[in-house]
Amino acid sequence: MTASRAKKRSGFSAWIGEESTAGYVFSLPFIIGFLMFMAIPMVLSLYYSFCKYDIQTPPTFIGLQNYIKIFTSDKVFTKALRVTCYYALIGTPLKVIFALMVALILNHESRAVGLYRAVYYLPSIIGGSVAVAILWRRLFESNGTINAIFSNVFPSLSGYNWFSEGPAIWVLIILTVWQFGSSMLIFLSALKQIPRELYEASWVDGANGFQQFANVTIPMLTPTIFFNLVQQTINSFLAFTQCKLITNGQPRNSTLFYTVYQYNKAFPAQGKSQMGYASALAWIMLVIVSVVTMLLFKSRSKWVFDA
Amino acid sequence: MTREKQIKTIIYHVLVAFGGFVMIYPLLWMVLSSFKPTDQVLPTASSLIPATWTLRNYIQGWKGFMGYSFGTFFLNSFIISLVSTFGTLVSSSLVAFALQRLEFKGRKILFTLVLSTMMLPAQILMIPQFMWFRHLNWVGTYYPMILPYFFAIQGFFVYLIMNFIGGIPKSLDEAAKIDGCSYYGIFFQIILPLIVPALVTSAIFSFIWRWDDYLSALLYVNRANMRPVSLALQLFNDPSSGSDIGSTLAMSTLSIVPATIIFLIFQKSLVEGIASTGIKG
Repeated sequence: MTASRAKKRSGFSAWIGEESTAGYVFSLPFIIGFLMFMAIPMVLSLYYSFCKYDIQTPPTFIGLQNYIKIFTSDKVFTKALRVTCYYALIGTPLKVIFALMVALILNHESRAVGLYRAVYYLPSIIGGSVAVAILWRRLFESNGTINAIFSNVFPSLSGYNWFSEGPAIWVLIILTVWQFGSSMLIFLSALKQIPRELYEASWVDGANGFQQFANVTIPMLTPTIFFNLVQQTINSFLAFTQCKLITNGQPRNSTLFYTVYQYNKAFPAQGKSQMGYASALAWIMLVIVSVVTMLLFKSRSKWVFDA
Repeated sequence: MTREKQIKTIIYHVLVAFGGFVMIYPLLWMVLSSFKPTDQVLPTASSLIPATWTLRNYIQGWKGFMGYSFGTFFLNSFIISLVSTFGTLVSSSLVAFALQRLEFKGRKILFTLVLSTMMLPAQILMIPQFMWFRHLNWVGTYYPMILPYFFAIQGFFVYLIMNFIGGIPKSLDEAAKIDGCSYYGIFFQIILPLIVPALVTSAIFSFIWRWDDYLSALLYVNRANMRPVSLALQLFNDPSSGSDIGSTLAMSTLSIVPATIIFLIFQKSLVEGIASTGIKG
C-alpha cells in the first residue's frame, strides 16, 4: 500500500506509515492496558491463590490448600454462593420480565411516552450510587417510609423488620428489579424494529391480539431477551456496592454476596487479611461466571429465534 | 376519536403516570425529606411534602466531617471523573479506529480480548488489581482510579465507538488516502470529527459510572482529604461522623444532582446509546 504512494519515503517514516504499523500504534493503549491492568493482576493472583498471604509478610506457597479448604470446609463460601445464586436466579428474571412488560406498555404512540420513558429509566441511571444505597436502607428501616405507608393498609406491617433473616435478601432484590430501565430501553428499541408486515400478515390470517403477541412479538424479541438475560445475570453475580452498604451480608450471612465475602476475606474488619484465599475466591468466581455465560449461550439455539 | 377510545387513552395515561410516580417515589422522598427539619423526617416518613421547609440540612451537611467540607469531596469527584472520562474517550477512540478500519495481524485476537474485558468487571479484578497496585505503590493515590482509563480497558466504550465508526462510509478514508493523507491524518481529520456523537454518549456513561464508583475509592483512598463523594457519603451516613438523617439526605440529594442533570440534558443520546450497544445501566 505504501509502495503506491507517489512520494517514496524511507526507513522509519515509511515503516510508521504502513497500515499494519498504524494498526499496532492505535491499538497500543489497549495492549498495554490489557497487560498492565488485567493480564498481570490475574496471573499474579492465580499464583497468590496457591499461597498463604496476609500482605504484611511475604507469601508462602501452600499448593492447593486454599481451594481444598474452600470446597470442603468453608461453610460461609457455600452460603455466599447460595445467596448469590438465589439473588441472581430470582432477581434477573423478575427484572427482565418487568422491563419487557413496561416496554410493551410504553410502546405506544403518544407524545407523553418520552417523559414516561425518562421517569422509568431514572432509577437505573443513579441506582448504583451510594446515595441510593443509603436511601434504600432508610426506606426499609422498621420506622421507615415503607412501613409508615403500608401500615395504614396492613396494620401488622407497623414496625416490621425487613432486615431480619427472611426478607432482607428481598430488600436487595427489590432494589435490583427497580432498576430495570436499561433493559427496558433495549426492549423498546427492539420492539420498534419488528417489521409491521408481520403483524399485518398475521392479522390477515385471523390472529387475535394475544396470538400476535405469542407468535410474533415474543419470537421476534427472543434475541433481545437473551441479551438482557446474559447481561443482567452477569451483573447480579457481581453485585457489590449495594449489598456492602445496605446489609453488609447480615443478618447471619443471609444476604452475603459472593463479592462481599471475597472483600471481607481480603480486608477483614478485624484480624489478618487473607489475600491468598481471596485470590482463590476471585478465580473461582471467574470460572463460575464463564460457565454460566457459556451455558446461557449453549441454551441460545434452543429457544432464541434468529430471523 | 370515539368515546370508547378516549376513555381507553385516559385510563392508559393514568395508569402509566401512576406507575411512574411509584418508580420515582423513593427519589422524591429523599429530595423532599431533605428539606424537612431533621427531627421531622422519620415521624412524617409517610408524607412527601414538608410541613415546614428548611435549608438547615444543606448548610449543616455541607460542613462535612473530620475538618473537610463536602466542597472538597465534590471537587475530588469532579477531578477523578473528568480526568478518567477524558482518558476513556481518547484511548477508546484510538483503539476503536484500529479495530474497525485497519488491517493488521492479530486484529481479531485483540477484538476478542476487548470483548472479554466486558466479562472481567471490577468486582472480579478487585483483589488481583489491589495486590498488583500495591506492588506498584499506588495504594493511597488516585493512580488506580484514573490511569487504567487511559488504556481503553472498558471494552464497551471501544465497542460502542467501533459500531459508530462502522457507520461512516469507508470511501471517505479512501478519498483521503488518495489525497496523500496518512492513517494518522485520517483518524484525526476525518474520523474524529465524525464520531463526536458516540464520544458524547461515552462521556456521559463514563462520567456517571466514575462518579458513582465506590469500590475503588474504598480500596485505594485512605486520606480524608482525597475522598470522593461516594466514599465520603458512606462515612458521613455513619452516625459516628456526627451527622443526622436530615443532613445525610441533603448530601445524598446533592450527590445525585450531577448525574440527574446530565441525564436530563442528554436524555436522547443516552437512550440511543443504550439501544445501540445495550450498555448496562
